[in-house]
Amino acid sequence: MSALHPDQVTAERLAGLRPPAGGRDVDTGLGDGTLVEDPAVESPLVLGNRSFDDVTDIVCGYAENPPPRWWYAAFTVTSTFAAIGGMLILYLLITGVGTWGLNNQVDWAWDITNFVFWIGIGHAGTLISAILCLLKQKWRTAVNRSAEAMTIFAVICAGTYPAIHVGRIWFIWFVFPIPNYNYIWPNFRSPLLWDVFAVSTYATVSLLFWYMGMIPDLATLRDRADKRLRNGLSKPLSIELPGRKYIVIDSIVPDRIRAYVYGFLALGWRFSSRHWHRYEAAYLILAGISTPLVLSVHSIVSFDFATAVLPGWHTTIFPPYFVAGAIFGGFAMVLLLMIPLRALLPNFKDLLTLRHLENMAKILLVTGMMVGFAYSMEFFIAWYGANSYEAFVFTNNRALPTWISDKGAPYWWAYYTMIFCNVISPQIFWSRRLRQNPAAIWTVALFVTVGMWFERFVIIVTSLHRAFLPGEWGMFFPTWVDIGIFAGTCGIFSTLFLLFVKFLPTFAMAELKAVMPQADPHGHGESYDPAYIEESEAEYAEHVREEHEGGH
Amino acid sequence: MSARNTRGGTEMSQMISDYLPFIRPPMSRFVTERGNPVYGVMAEYETTPDVFHAAEKIRDAGYKRWDVHAPFPIHGIEHAMGHPKTKLPYIVFVIAMCGALGAWALQYWITAVDYPGFTVQGKPFDAWEPFTMIIFELGVLSAAFASLFGMLMLNGLPRWHHPLFGSERFLESSQGKLLIVIEANDPAFDPEETRRLLEETGGREIVLIEDED
Repeated sequence: MSALHPDQVTAERLAGLRPPAGGRDVDTGLGDGTLVEDPAVESPLVLGNRSFDDVTDIVCGYAENPPPRWWYAAFTVTSTFAAIGGMLILYLLITGVGTWGLNNQVDWAWDITNFVFWIGIGHAGTLISAILCLLKQKWRTAVNRSAEAMTIFAVICAGTYPAIHVGRIWFIWFVFPIPNYNYIWPNFRSPLLWDVFAVSTYATVSLLFWYMGMIPDLATLRDRADKRLRNGLSKPLSIELPGRKYIVIDSIVPDRIRAYVYGFLALGWRFSSRHWHRYEAAYLILAGISTPLVLSVHSIVSFDFATAVLPGWHTTIFPPYFVAGAIFGGFAMVLLLMIPLRALLPNFKDLLTLRHLENMAKILLVTGMMVGFAYSMEFFIAWYGANSYEAFVFTNNRALPTWISDKGAPYWWAYYTMIFCNVISPQIFWSRRLRQNPAAIWTVALFVTVGMWFERFVIIVTSLHRAFLPGEWGMFFPTWVDIGIFAGTCGIFSTLFLLFVKFLPTFAMAELKAVMPQADPHGHGESYDPAYIEESEAEYAEHVREEHEGGH
Repeated sequence: MSARNTRGGTEMSQMISDYLPFIRPPMSRFVTERGNPVYGVMAEYETTPDVFHAAEKIRDAGYKRWDVHAPFPIHGIEHAMGHPKTKLPYIVFVIAMCGALGAWALQYWITAVDYPGFTVQGKPFDAWEPFTMIIFELGVLSAAFASLFGMLMLNGLPRWHHPLFGSERFLESSQGKLLIVIEANDPAFDPEETRRLLEETGGREIVLIEDED
């Protein structure tokens, strides 16, 4: 336990092995035991002195037990939204993009706003998996699997928009370099085509990364189902009806389906150390190539704007600004999803500790300041660059409220919503107490998610709605189809995430086990000497009490 | 024993020989009382340090066809097992470079050879600079496929059937058990000696694994 803390008792308590020293009346200020400020102390990553079997039981339990009631309620709501979104997409394809509120002046609005919003959210997964893996941040194991899942689902939502916004979706295959009877090819110097390659590469690589990470955990689920089948512990499918009645279908045994489906997907993984060696090499390579990939994807998305000559878009700061914003929005979405799960699913809190949440809150603070810096730098360059059109966009199209000047920006409220949500709201994380409070973190994450949507709206619509000639100025108003399709993609995203929580391993079990103290091959996670613990516990309790009283 | 077996054979060659019966190695040297060929001997270890030190001793005893089964990658176990460093990075590098070169060739041929139709800002058709984005993306894409499928290929996966899956206790290695399996095809394998070695290194509940097909 010495790796955890030099003092045996503190180490024990940090590992969740015992209640706070000296009884529960003394608040050591460590929350669930992970909020140690001493940089020499490594916080435990799994609480409650769990064994490998315990961790397996907890994580597999989410996929094996019948889902809780809230899951059915949530699933009903989200899948309804998803269905409405699907119907509206069909309506859009049949009728045309005129059903959106687009007009001659604002010819890109919610479609591309939502595309960039979702693709940005999709960046946190790869960031957590790849960049934090290369930086050897062990706490990533608590969130990497669900963040990767979220990435895939967000990219699915993102990919929908460019496909449907072309209007004639039956020509979408023109974006791919496929020989055709018209003898035409895509233009490889267009950032829109780079975007096609970047986003489809990102979707594929994220999927491969997610799947490779899941192979061992799927094998665990397979083995558990297989073992229950062999021991005759498997029960046939039973559906609960109101009034404690059950419909039992004898011909369907869920464990048999599990053994086949998880077994097929696990590819015969047998936890061989020779396999693990190559697996870790492959994982490291994927992390290494995904890191520049995740940076390139949002840079290329920003080229869609930055290479245009439109004031407000034509800036060199866009690639780093978009990447920082993507990480910011992605982490906010991870927190938005994980904090409720932490409260709702049993034992989730032992695997996703307050320290993990605090770390992510700190990332929100840092990336929030980065986007704040980018916002101010855009203003600085608009002034310093002495381009009157650019200056006009930033003052008269964005920042100047209409109640101050007649020439003010009709979208000023969108701009200040963005500033409040993205720059001001994360500042509460300077307070240690607030960045350790799940409710406060969740609230800020919600603000950030809204703010990041508004950021894309501000970039796209306020730059477009007043171009060089005042005669072509106009406004954008969303139609019910715009709103419905956005709500629909939110529904698709949440539905897929709920299915993931129910059917797939929510935590990367193998990786979680590898960072537990018992996994250390050189015995730094060894057990404890009870006599020493009794003795030093009394001493430590005395010490804490003295300090506590000395403070008054 | 054929020469191929004494050399050890990789997971990949084992999988290929499983699917192609005419190159399948001869049956195991050992047969149980029930007449099933013996796949190997399996022992269970209490803690990670135990299995780590046991692996070092088995490596030093000269065994070649054996494995440590653990629910997570044990840090540094490949050194304790004497496992050579994987060649996967070289495979991935070559395939990634092919992907990148292919991306350049695709764009160059389309833009400069087959359809030099779009003049963009008066730039030459064969300029390489606008191609860099897609060269990078497709290089990464090829590398990702190469690392997943290369890893599976070197591991001899997918292989949905394996004699080890017959053992119910083996299935627990995916949850918390730490196991060592020494194959009967190992030239150094001897029913008595191997069992004794596993016992000496702290292995418990030592059992024979039969190949029941």
